[in-house]
Amino acid sequence: MKAKATDYLVYDEATGTYSENPEQRVRDDVEKHHWLHVLKIVIKDWRLYLMLIPMILIFLFWRYFPMYELLGCFKNNETASKVADQLFVGFYHFKRLLFTTGGSELSLTFWQAFRNTFVISFYGLCFGFPMPIILALFFNEIKSNVMRSIYQVLTYLPKFMSTVVMTSLITLLLQARQTGATEADPGVVSRLLAAIGLISQETADAGLLFDPKYFRAIYEISGIWETAGYDSIVFFAAVIAVSPTSYEAAQIDGAGKMAQMRYVVLPSILSTIVIMLITRIGSLLNVGYEKVLLLYDSRTYATADVISTFSQRLGLENGDTAIASAAEMMNNIIGMLLVIGANTIAKKASNVSLY
Amino acid sequence: MKRKLEVSELIFKIISYTFLTIFAICCLYPFLYAVSAAISGRDVVEANQIVLLPKDIQWYAFKEFFFDNSFWNSYTNTLFLTVFGTLFSVITSILGAYALSKKRLLFRKGFNFFLVFTMWFSAGIVPQYINYINTNIIFDAIGITDDKWLVVIAMGMAAMNIILLRNAFEGVPSEIEEAARVDGATETQILTKVYIPMSKSTIATVTLFFAISRWNGYFWARQMIQNSNEHPLQVYIRLKLESSLNLTDSVWSKPYAVYSGLYALIVCAIIPILIIYPFIQKYFAKGVNMGGVKE
Repeated sequence: MKAKATDYLVYDEATGTYSENPEQRVRDDVEKHHWLHVLKIVIKDWRLYLMLIPMILIFLFWRYFPMYELLGCFKNNETASKVADQLFVGFYHFKRLLFTTGGSELSLTFWQAFRNTFVISFYGLCFGFPMPIILALFFNEIKSNVMRSIYQVLTYLPKFMSTVVMTSLITLLLQARQTGATEADPGVVSRLLAAIGLISQETADAGLLFDPKYFRAIYEISGIWETAGYDSIVFFAAVIAVSPTSYEAAQIDGAGKMAQMRYVVLPSILSTIVIMLITRIGSLLNVGYEKVLLLYDSRTYATADVISTFSQRLGLENGDTAIASAAEMMNNIIGMLLVIGANTIAKKASNVSLY
Repeated sequence: MKRKLEVSELIFKIISYTFLTIFAICCLYPFLYAVSAAISGRDVVEANQIVLLPKDIQWYAFKEFFFDNSFWNSYTNTLFLTVFGTLFSVITSILGAYALSKKRLLFRKGFNFFLVFTMWFSAGIVPQYINYINTNIIFDAIGITDDKWLVVIAMGMAAMNIILLRNAFEGVPSEIEEAARVDGATETQILTKVYIPMSKSTIATVTLFFAISRWNGYFWARQMIQNSNEHPLQVYIRLKLESSLNLTDSVWSKPYAVYSGLYALIVCAIIPILIIYPFIQKYFAKGVNMGGVKE
């Protein structure tokens, strides 16, 4: 069939102008998505698609294949070694995990880990989140650049230690009284706390890290110690963006420091606070499992065990991978809902999408 | 005209100086203590008489590590992992981000979703471990099981960093690319001569993020490498800590306390970071402020 001019353009007699034939757009679309056409584009631009391949392969291999293995939580892992060959058992493992049937300890441990995950991250939100903001406000009070840089560098310092170095340091500073081949008093921080009466001497001797009562406090305080200075960077950037004239205007109106904070500083850093808060909520369940793993002990499971460490212990050490996958699945789905929810709120609240 | 400070402002100033001083001391103290404890005499450390300054100075703990092959071995392994791992991650990320930044890329939305989905949903440690065990046959065939190269190619990618790079590449004006294309530049030349130089600071920040995570990497290095000659520094430190804290029955006959050895190890792990810290600090600050990304 031969193409006619009217296939592409339509003449409008009333205005005397040509406009595009709407049918032609459909034809164009069909041709554009014809596989041969697609192939032609890809071959012409092969370098661009070649560049994608390493990234795709890495993500496929290390991120998407594990998701397939995650399906093992619906299968009986004793029937075959490969997930594809295993028998489907539905929600059997979830039932074992969630409900105490036949007096099993398993679901009790799971719920304990579940509660700990939320409590630890909630405490982090309550105490860990405001700290960088407070620090940023305090940094702003120091007018001398040299002094401020010194304070900032010192407070960023702990962020640069690896998790292993940091947890080793915490372990050593809080160590128990040693007897036997090496005799030593409790660690220096334990002794300091005992001296000012925050903890009893017996607790210090037995090792502060081995007392379930103090694990969360240690976790949160060391978390603040590690990240507060570094996290204050973004808030400090927002605080110094406030124009000095705004302060002057407030001062002329007789505003004291608290009023200046309330009416000048807070409104201008509010959007940053909201974004950071939403990000934080999105990663609420991402409790640093490595840090818990390196700090906890069988004596502190009651307050320290989180879902990641629970499933890691179950899967890697006891070999019960199906139920460990079920626990991970629960964690992942709640985590994903939080991330998507936080992102949607962020989009609505500030027109800023985080991902 | 200088205005007199109001009482409330003065109080706030005093509070902020006091608080910051205390906080800064808290940040610094553990490291100073670690140095002091590492170089103090055995009796002093075991009786825990050090509060801040070292007493009865000895250098045996450092000397021992200095002449210990396995320590230097782990250091070399960490350097190897940091250098090659970072190179691998950065090159892969730049290539992927460049392709994703192109509007003409087919299925661009699909590829982006492929990337972003891993940020929403991550399988978790146990499935990743099972996947690693199941796919071990492939690495066996290439000959990189129980090897540093396996850690280099595994677990090194972060979707967030690729998105940062993609956004930086999207910020490069398309007119420059067209001009280069008219002048006969190939795709590779456009990437290396136009895009990479124009987004240097983002690339530096992303490189830094990768390097830090490689230097700090512990869990997967420990799972994937059983051979103690291949252990990186973090695994070495952790194993040393675990073995030193369980020394209840054996006899410790070295001229320094057990803890001095551990503190010396920690100091050794921190020193290289402290040396390069002044040079990389500004990129860190930049990276944090890039956090709020727009689509």
